Amino acid sequence: MNPSTLKELHLEIAEGRHSSRSLTQAALERARTSNSELQIMNHIDESAALAQADKADRRRAAGEQGPLLGIPVVIKDNMNVEGMPTSCSSAILDGYISPYDATVVERLKAAGAVILGKASMDEFAMGSSNENANRMKTRNPRDPERVPGGSSGGSAAAVAAGIAPLALGSDTGGSIRQPAAFCGTVGMKPTYGTVSRYGLVAFASSLDQIGPLANSVTDAAELLQAIAGPCQQDSTSLRDYQVPDLLGAAGNIDVRGLRVGLPREYLVDGLAPEIRRQVNHSADLLRQAGAEVVDISLPHTEYAIAAYYIIATAEASANLARFDGVRYGRRAEDATDLAAMYTNTRAQGFGPEVKRRIMLGTYVLSSGYYDAYYRKAQRVRRLIAQDFQSAFEQTDLLLMPTTPATAFRQGEKIDDPLAMYLQDVFTIAANLAGLPAISLPAGVDQHGLPIGVQLYANALQEPTLLRGAAGLEALLG
Amino acid sequence: MSITREQVLHIARLARLELSQAEVEASMRELGDILDYVETLNRLDTQGVEPMSHAVAGATALRPDEPRSSAAIDALENQAPAMEDRLFRVPPVIE
Repeated sequence: MNPSTLKELHLEIAEGRHSSRSLTQAALERARTSNSELQIMNHIDESAALAQADKADRRRAAGEQGPLLGIPVVIKDNMNVEGMPTSCSSAILDGYISPYDATVVERLKAAGAVILGKASMDEFAMGSSNENANRMKTRNPRDPERVPGGSSGGSAAAVAAGIAPLALGSDTGGSIRQPAAFCGTVGMKPTYGTVSRYGLVAFASSLDQIGPLANSVTDAAELLQAIAGPCQQDSTSLRDYQVPDLLGAAGNIDVRGLRVGLPREYLVDGLAPEIRRQVNHSADLLRQAGAEVVDISLPHTEYAIAAYYIIATAEASANLARFDGVRYGRRAEDATDLAAMYTNTRAQGFGPEVKRRIMLGTYVLSSGYYDAYYRKAQRVRRLIAQDFQSAFEQTDLLLMPTTPATAFRQGEKIDDPLAMYLQDVFTIAANLAGLPAISLPAGVDQHGLPIGVQLYANALQEPTLLRGAAGLEALLG
Repeated sequence: MSITREQVLHIARLARLELSQAEVEASMRELGDILDYVETLNRLDTQGVEPMSHAVAGATALRPDEPRSSAAIDALENQAPAMEDRLFRVPPVIE
């Protein structure tokens, strides 16, 4: 039996069938055996995990209780865990072992969670398929011929493959929600500034957020509760944010009175019919259960991807300037002067998609182009954010697809960067506007591939978002 | 839109990237395609719209100007490709 929710795991422990140690041993075994086929984990740390499990068992024996105490968790390999490598699935970080814990990791350890290791990802979080990883090109556990999505492909696959009930991912343009949809799990991006980015390797600083992946809305809420809240080391962390009762919100499945908007620009011709059907079905279920479902417009939707790819790549070009071979990671040995050391280290260490985005970002920030591209994109960003402000005057939630289609095959889109970028069409606006959004499983298509539906809420309205998601999850059955 | 070889080489220099011939050719094409796509933004009149650099508006986070330690030097030394007397050793700036 492979328990997949916190409730099931705690029951196993409470009824004496398992300890944290035995749960962790089983999880490590699954991680190891699935790795050859599914290539999920960049790093598995057996001794650290077992030590944490034993510590959790001792804490429990001393009378302590807690939702994450002794529970296995997987961490995306762009978040620092002390003593473990942080590779960001990139050759340029070969050899780097983190000397510190990210804030979210510190909080998980304080809660007694057991960190099994680091999940693979698209290199530096750039990608939508996990095919941009340097070593572990993760497969979709639901169909190993297909991609798990990205860039948190490893995290989503770890949960879907039953390695751990919980995983942390990061989301810059949909990188938690899209793989959650492809793999059939819940994945959520919180409001910008509510979860500390300290210890997360930055891709696009104004867009990145860490968030939970799990098998239920309640479990995602539980994980978010443990990691959210202000952090002194992250200057973009909202100082006065008081984390609400997220678990309580997720426990309220009554959707009566919720006003749910269906943005007409998101139900476009290119959307797979089976996904459209599930979104409409979700709207019907919500209506029948007492929610008010209305048609709304987000007029600047068609400009979101273009704005995103200018802003995100610009920020990435600045953030990835630090990878230069001077202080850590790989250094090119063949350079006789400093400039060559920089260019050779970066040329040898970065994969093609990372280089592509650094180039694009550098171009849009360069002299003569900055106003035409970067400033322009920032103005469009404000228009997009304003669309949502207007929409949320009449609604509490927005309902839409997570992705335009279900999981595609390995290799299908990797040679067409633009086609890959268009995967993000429904997720990207949440990052541009800083809004919380969640993807939850809503059936499968004719090939048995998971379909995800997505909800957005206004900034800091996580309780409403979780209530709507939990309610829809219960209605979908 | 076409990006010239010179433009690609200029950007690569700014980004401290060494590109192979094949990568330069690919960049000319790919950057051109992507820039064509983002041209769509010019269809929008953004006159008078304030650029948005931050997802959630807020005051700049400040703290008192008091010295604190950050990372232990030992931890940094263990990661360094080459370190000497607590300095990172690199090839000469110029030969």
